[in-house]
Formats: sequence, C-alpha cells, structure tokens
Amino acid sequence: MIIRGNAHVFGDDIDTDVIIPARYLNTFDHDELSRHAMEGVSPHFYKRVTKGDIIVAGANFGSGSSREHAPIAIMATGIALVIAKSFARIFYRNAFNIGLPLLEVGEGTDRIKQDTPLEVDLDTGLIKELLTNTVYKGSPIPEFMQELLKAGGLMNYMEKKIR
Amino acid sequence: MNAESALSVSERERRIQRKDKIMGMTITEKILAVHAGAVRAAPGDLIMASVDLALGNDVTAPIAIDEFRRHGGKEVFDKGRVVLMPDHFAPNKDIKSAVQCKILRDFAREKGIENYFEVGQMGIEHALLPESGLVAPGDLVIGADSHTCTYGAVGAFSTGVGSTDLAAAMMTGKAWFKVPPTIKFIYHTDAKGRLKDWVYGKDVILYTIGEIGVDGALYKAMEFTGDVIDAMGMSERFTMCNMVIEAGGKNGIVIPDRTTVDYINQRVKRPYTLFTPDRDAAYERVYEYDLSNLKPQVAFPHLPENTRSIDEIGKIEIDQAFVGSCTNGWIEDIRIAADIMKGRKVSPQVRMIVIPATRNIYRQALKEGLIEVFVDAGAVFSTPTCGPCLGGHMGVLAPGERAVATTNRNFKGRMGDLSSEVYLANPAIVAASAILGRIGSPEELGIKKG
Repeated sequence: MIIRGNAHVFGDDIDTDVIIPARYLNTFDHDELSRHAMEGVSPHFYKRVTKGDIIVAGANFGSGSSREHAPIAIMATGIALVIAKSFARIFYRNAFNIGLPLLEVGEGTDRIKQDTPLEVDLDTGLIKELLTNTVYKGSPIPEFMQELLKAGGLMNYMEKKIR
Repeated sequence: MNAESALSVSERERRIQRKDKIMGMTITEKILAVHAGAVRAAPGDLIMASVDLALGNDVTAPIAIDEFRRHGGKEVFDKGRVVLMPDHFAPNKDIKSAVQCKILRDFAREKGIENYFEVGQMGIEHALLPESGLVAPGDLVIGADSHTCTYGAVGAFSTGVGSTDLAAAMMTGKAWFKVPPTIKFIYHTDAKGRLKDWVYGKDVILYTIGEIGVDGALYKAMEFTGDVIDAMGMSERFTMCNMVIEAGGKNGIVIPDRTTVDYINQRVKRPYTLFTPDRDAAYERVYEYDLSNLKPQVAFPHLPENTRSIDEIGKIEIDQAFVGSCTNGWIEDIRIAADIMKGRKVSPQVRMIVIPATRNIYRQALKEGLIEVFVDAGAVFSTPTCGPCLGGHMGVLAPGERAVATTNRNFKGRMGDLSSEVYLANPAIVAASAILGRIGSPEELGIKKG
C-alpha cells in the first residue's frame, strides 16, 4: 500500500495528553475530537491537514494514557499514517486496532522538514521525499498488523478469525 | 487458536535456529503461556490469550460499547468477568460525562454485567478491583486504562489496552499480545530492605523511571524483586506496579509472597495460582540498586523521568497539593498525609485536596478520624474519583498554576491549563508542601517519623 502526503513534523515524547487533552474525553464524536487533535502542541492542527497527510515524529510517540481518542482524533483530521522513531505500546495497538497505520523508523527522519511531500510504501517500509528523492528505510509493518489493517481493524479481524 | 499457530514466521525461525537449551520462563511468560493454552511463551511470540477480567471506565468503555454493538455483539463473553467503572468524570461532572456514564449503566443493565459499580459503590478502578477481590494471582487482566498494570502487585499479568481491545474481549473473551521480554529490578538496602524515613514505594518507582527514562522499559515486563520489595506492604507494591507505564512498560510484576497471600486470602473467594519465575528464566536485562541512601523523589514538569532528590529541588512555591489517584489513594497514603497535617494548617496560598481511592478507604479514614484532621487543617476531603489527576474535575489548574501531587503523570496540561505545572511526589512530601506553601519535606516542619 502506497501513501502520499505532506509531512507534519513533531518531536519526542508526544504524549496522549497533548494529542487529545482529557477535558475532551467526555465525548467520542470523531469530528469534535479532530478539532482538538494535537491541541497541546499544535492548536488548530486539523485546519492544516489535507486528507492523506503524514505525521513524522521522534521517539515514544503516544505515551501515557490508553485513550483510543488519541488515534481516533489523529485519524479524524485526515492523517493517513504516523511515522516515528518509536511508539508507546498502547497507542501502537490502538492505532492498528482501528486501522491507522504506524511506521517505525530508525535515525534520519529528523531531516524531514515540515510540509515536505512524502511517498511511503507500507509493504517495504521505504519513505521517499518526493522533491529530493531522498529515501529513508523504516521497519516493514509486521505481518499481524498488516492483517489487522487489511481486515479494517481488530473487530473485523476477530469476527473473521475467531467466531 | 493456540500460541503455536499464532507465531510469526520469523519467531518460528528464531526458535529453530536457537540451538542452546530452552531456557526457563519468567512469571510473566508463564501466565501468558497458560492463558494461551501453550506450554511455553517466549519474548516476541504473538499469542491470542483468554482474559480472566476485562475492565472499562466512563472514558474508554463508551467507545468499546459502541464497537460491540456495531459489530453485532449480543451477550458479553462472561457476565462475571466484565467490569465497568464510572470513575474518571464521576460523579458526573457535566452533561456530556453524564451521558458517558449512562452508556455504561444502560449497557450493564441490558447485558446483566455483575460488576458495574454505581456512584456510592464505586472507587478508582485500580484500587477497587484488588480491594474487592476481583483480581487474583496468576490472572490475566486487561483494562481500557493505561494504569491497569497496577495488579501486577498481586502476581497477575495485567496491562492497559484500548477501547477496541476491550470491545473484542467483551465479545470473545480474548486479546492479542506480543510476549514481552522481562527486565528484572533488584532493590536492596543496608537495613534489610528498610527505606529511610519519608521514603516509600513511590520514591522507588520515581527513582527507577528517572534512571531508565520514560521509554526505558518500552514494550517490556518489569519484575520487581529484592529485600526492599520483600519488606514492602501491598499499597506500595501497587504504587510501583501502577507507574510501570510511565517507563513505557507493558506490565509490572511482583512475585507473590506471604504479604501477597495474606492480602489475597482476605478478599479472593475463588481458586488462584501462585506463579514464580524459573531459576534459569531469561531476563533481557537486570538492574540492581542500593537504595540505602535514597531520599524522597520529586518529578519535575513535564515528564515523570525528570526526578530530583528532595534536597536538590530549590524553592518551588505551589498553588495546589493533591493526595489521591490510583497511584497513592490507598489508606496507607491517607494516613501518612494525616499524620503530617494533624494539628497544622494548610498554607493560605495553597488548596489542599485529598481523595481516597475507594469507598472502603473513605470509611476507614472516617473511622480513624482522619477526615476530621484534614478538615481541621483546611483541606478538602472528597468522594472517590480520578478527578484532578487527569485534569477532569475537582481541582483543575488555571494558567501558570503549580501543583504537587501524588499522581502518576506530569505531562503538559495534564491537570489543567497548558501553562500549568505538576510535580510528582509521595504523600508525605505533598502533605508537608501543603503546609509549607512550597515543595518540602516533613523534616522541615520538625516532624519525626513515629
């Protein structure tokens, strides 16, 4: 699967309290959550996202709370993929469980600048800067996570496999 | 589905290639293997495991219930093994929260869920579940709340998941896991595990997070051992396991001992299994700490890893002091704070808030006269709720305000406005700080530990 979109760049330890502050957790309306996505670090983030865009972040993205509102809010803005050096584990499973792909990368992606157009091949983990043809190598998405994405999330997967 | 068929190809290859003898298992690996119906579970294995208990609260369960219904869910897999707890924004803080809590209540009634806890019965989930005997050693527990890792203190595997995981577990009784590698932490002191005065499990875990960092145990099990752990009561063990998520950990675990069994036998009414690690269990890493000279720790904004000893913090004036949360809302914590506040007054510039984690803790505090101590000191004593810990209600911070709290996270905006600050500490430090008007220790008030 190929994803093309512009980069939105963030640093290390982007926690779930800045992705979606707890005061908005009294609802799970996707539109409302999208309006507050990343509010703690980038107010009105949703206004700058074009459908298909990509978040590029540092280490430990999504740390903290188990709130699924975090990947829901990000996805609801139109973000199609999050690339980071590492992900906190509950955020990681929540994202794949709802069908938001994540790509882990090693070093190098620090050089990706805000708004750079990217093309990402989720099967190979290759990230290409479209203007310079610079290529970064991410870890290919594990087989089980690909199955979750193909099924359209965990609930569909469980329905097919278990029941 | 058994564990073998769920193994990834690379893991099978790794096992085949491994020519050395099969190593023993850690306690975490044993519990996961048993729940996957397998003989073994090794780090990296992908398993589909049966859950003994699946938990959700008023923030996470509404999404799970919506998913459950949208995917044609009829009955929950076991009416006695689903727990729904309105605790985050309950008693209802606003109309939207009231709607969320009502979703839990209606679903619980409709599906006959035995463990729904209404206001008046409820407490903070991670204190109420062990207190009421719902969690037993050897169990596999998932909760749609990151601090579900707390129950490792009773020798269970328990971990936080999301709402969709909870929905799938309510429907099928199963959840997927990647078996984590285990890091072993050994803590000792020259005084047979005794810590210095005003130093508790909270300081041990804060110190550990300060040492290894907020992603120092990412995806990993943290096994706590040593004479410091042996000497600790259950409440401090709960506090330590509660905060493994703040180091990125998947689960924290304490090997069950006499202290565990004494606690469990007063509460759990069903058979349980005490798992212990094999002598030749494989650990990814072992950290050993001499805590003989450990002082109370304070985590500075905005990460739990920003820890300093109490004597290295400088002058930090505060607007609010909070004792409570799933981390430090136990009766032992309330007693520590009350001992310090007895006969003293909260500084006029500070708002002191005390919230017991459960109704039983509330009742015990009432019996022991502790509530009166707080009220006389000028503090407030509230009904159980997660409340201010996550900036929900009952003590939200204004722009630029500063709080010292016994809670678990000090992320930007965690307790209120983005420009507010949270410092994490143990209940003795928080109580002393409320009196001093700045973060400080009971020693500065001339209090000797009794």
